[in-house]
Amino acid sequence: MPAPEVRIGLDVGGTNTDAVALDSNDVLLAKAKVTTTADVTGGIRAALASVLADLGPERSRVTHVMLGTTHATNAILERRGLDRVVLIRIGGPATHAIRPLFAWPQDLREAVSAGELIVEGGSEFDGREIMPLDLETVRRFLGGLGAGVDGVAIASVFAPVSAEHELRVGELVRAQLGDSVNVSLSHEIGTVGLLERENATVLNAALVGVARTVAGALAAALEEHGLRPQTFFAQNDGTLMALDFVLHHPVLTIGSGPANSIRGAAYLTGAGDAIVADVGGTSTDIGVLANGFPRESTTPAEIGGVRTNFRMPDLVAIALGGGSVVHDRDGVVAVGPDSVGHRLTERALVFGGDVATLTDAACAAGRARVGDPTIVAAQRATFEPALEAADAILADAIDRVKLVRGAQPLVVVGGGSVLVPDELPGVSEVQRPEHFDVANAIGAAIASVSGQVDRIFHPGSGGRQAAIDEACDEARRQAERAGASPGQTEIVEVEEIPLAYLTNPASRIRVKAVGPLGAF
Amino acid sequence: MRLDSGNLPDLARGCAVLGTGGGGDPEIGLLMSLQAVEEHGPVAVVDLDELPDDGLVMPCGGLGAPTVSIEKFGNGAEGSRLREYVERLWGKPVVALMSSEIGGSNGLVPVAWAAGLGLPVVDADGMGRAFPEMQQAAMEIAGVSPNPAVMTDERGNTLVIETVGGRWIERVMRAVAVEFGARASSSEYQMTVAQARTATVRGTVSLAVRIGELIRTASDDPVGQLVTQLRGYRLIDGKVVDVERRTTGGFARGRATIEGVGGDAGRSLELEIQNENLVARSSDRVVASVPDLITVIDAHAATTVTTERLRYGQRVSVIAFPCDPIWRTPRGVDLAGPRAFGYDFDYVPVEELRAGT
Repeated sequence: MPAPEVRIGLDVGGTNTDAVALDSNDVLLAKAKVTTTADVTGGIRAALASVLADLGPERSRVTHVMLGTTHATNAILERRGLDRVVLIRIGGPATHAIRPLFAWPQDLREAVSAGELIVEGGSEFDGREIMPLDLETVRRFLGGLGAGVDGVAIASVFAPVSAEHELRVGELVRAQLGDSVNVSLSHEIGTVGLLERENATVLNAALVGVARTVAGALAAALEEHGLRPQTFFAQNDGTLMALDFVLHHPVLTIGSGPANSIRGAAYLTGAGDAIVADVGGTSTDIGVLANGFPRESTTPAEIGGVRTNFRMPDLVAIALGGGSVVHDRDGVVAVGPDSVGHRLTERALVFGGDVATLTDAACAAGRARVGDPTIVAAQRATFEPALEAADAILADAIDRVKLVRGAQPLVVVGGGSVLVPDELPGVSEVQRPEHFDVANAIGAAIASVSGQVDRIFHPGSGGRQAAIDEACDEARRQAERAGASPGQTEIVEVEEIPLAYLTNPASRIRVKAVGPLGAF
Repeated sequence: MRLDSGNLPDLARGCAVLGTGGGGDPEIGLLMSLQAVEEHGPVAVVDLDELPDDGLVMPCGGLGAPTVSIEKFGNGAEGSRLREYVERLWGKPVVALMSSEIGGSNGLVPVAWAAGLGLPVVDADGMGRAFPEMQQAAMEIAGVSPNPAVMTDERGNTLVIETVGGRWIERVMRAVAVEFGARASSSEYQMTVAQARTATVRGTVSLAVRIGELIRTASDDPVGQLVTQLRGYRLIDGKVVDVERRTTGGFARGRATIEGVGGDAGRSLELEIQNENLVARSSDRVVASVPDLITVIDAHAATTVTTERLRYGQRVSVIAFPCDPIWRTPRGVDLAGPRAFGYDFDYVPVEELRAGT
């Protein structure tokens, strides 16, 4: 099996678009950082062009391109370019008390929804049918749909226990509406919690067009350079999806940025378990690297005002960055939350500006050396309380993301990482890897492919272990479908949560399998 | 008072505080009641003194597994079926609905049903908090019969249940709920308005709304204001440093340790959990216990932290406040005191425990 030769990782963030090129030994060959453009694709083209120019003749060896992008998030936040979606909830009569999309912001609902239906059907927690599936009503509803429906989202009660009704309705939709309409099934998108899973499924169906556009633009940009590599998209658990998979699961790209920087930090330091701080100009995201992957949040994630329940990296975000403004309020020094942001290089004192920032404080103390540090050299004592305040905020946030007692290593990445001191309470060691400024693009480039199962199992005659084995096999198959090399997947996470208030034992089992990229 | 889209979110916040960490996620109940008042108009909250003595009050709510109610949250017509059966069995109309349990999701579900039925809810409930079992109700203490209990599911399966009392109501209904798919709706302990005036915990709906409003509007120190409002005690301001969980006998049990920060540095508090927060200990000494209320509040968001969301690193305040006097009667302590949950110590009211410190 030939190893990939040169891989390009691209990460589109709110401020910058980063690109890196790595060889088959993961040695960094080139890197680029450009400003993210309003249309997003412009930044991708510029970053790609820069890296390819640096590669020179080596560029013909590019076999893989991995993209982490904020396209999907932006489309939802701006209600732009979204597909029109019909939602079929299979959950009558058990779920009429809260109708579909009830808690959605009005404008987002109007931009996305082309109709909603609740039909009888769905599963109980133990796999029995709530009611027989009413396909006839679905057939009539589909027959009455006008033009202008791009996608159909299907969500069934307890689909994570039994997806049968979703699959049957999916088949009917394809047979009746044809292949031009995309179909999203909730059991492939989210976990237990009907409303959140349904919301995520509708958002997924609404993003298929956006994913096609981005994939097309990336392919066209590569084509301009005569390249036809295999392309992958980064997802929010720090792993990759193959192109055909992302076209069916575009919502999973949301949150890939922080996941990439955590994975990049892991790769750059070789750490398996650590705290990772991505320090930017305005804010700092602190996450946890557990067993080589970002720890996932257990609380519902809100996207564009809509509650969803798919996996997102568990982060503590604080308003602290290189551009944070240092205030002196009657002798009491405070830092932020306001920031000069991307205008640091014109506004900060060390760059000849007139705003005292955290970067100036770091320069005065000798932690950072940017601009002209002599401008602030005499103000060391004045800035000392500002750094103390910033360090305290940081130490507090680090403590909040920890799940266990004891000191852990801290990996700092991102443009503002010089602000972080070498010693912090609760931190055993501060690691500052080389190429920390493009950690997220590196995270995309080195990522592997995953599959995940999260549903309720009823231990049968085989007992608990048989149920866990079944979940593991299913997670491996999912990883292979997403592009992992067959036979090389490994199980990286198993979690079993027994359900309360039940007399018959049942457990929610979460399993994740990860494997290296398959050969082509 | 009327409940509408303006104050229902406050009610939900208050129900979470009175849920003492359990009672199910009020979010589902909130969405149900918001939809119901949007479709049918606001729900009047009436004091029991405003209703006729012989009027029939219908306590009601949902039972089952919280994990199931986030998938299969119900049809909305359960309330009207319960009312139909209750009226047929009693041979007279229901004048108002009442939450069997104000704590958690069940503080809101009857509001959604009442909107659909055009009935008021009374400013009272059956517990003044959340408890895991049906018979842990003020009505049981006051000698109101749970019969005839009516139980229904979203399909329309309906049972009328007569039990000999005590724990039988809990045992039978829990078993039927599992057959229904681990979620059911029920009414039990129906009574006249005259009985309800002394057999319920009164004023709890308006109290929950006030708590929610206070949390939403407090500009600084919402916890301090909450403690004043509830005539309670701030047990500790601290950080969760250990959470240990296990599931036995269908109940989620566990223990959490909170280490003091700021003015409480050097102290620590241990919480014992069985679906709800049951006992708080400091240096092996009990500082609060059931049936008094113990609630964990997130120091950043001022929201209630439910027992399943407790985790290492959270900054929290733990508060305790006195239960309704009915729980401090010998019968009340028997039903819901520490010994009812398997602890080997006697109940002492939180005020007396705090007076000793």
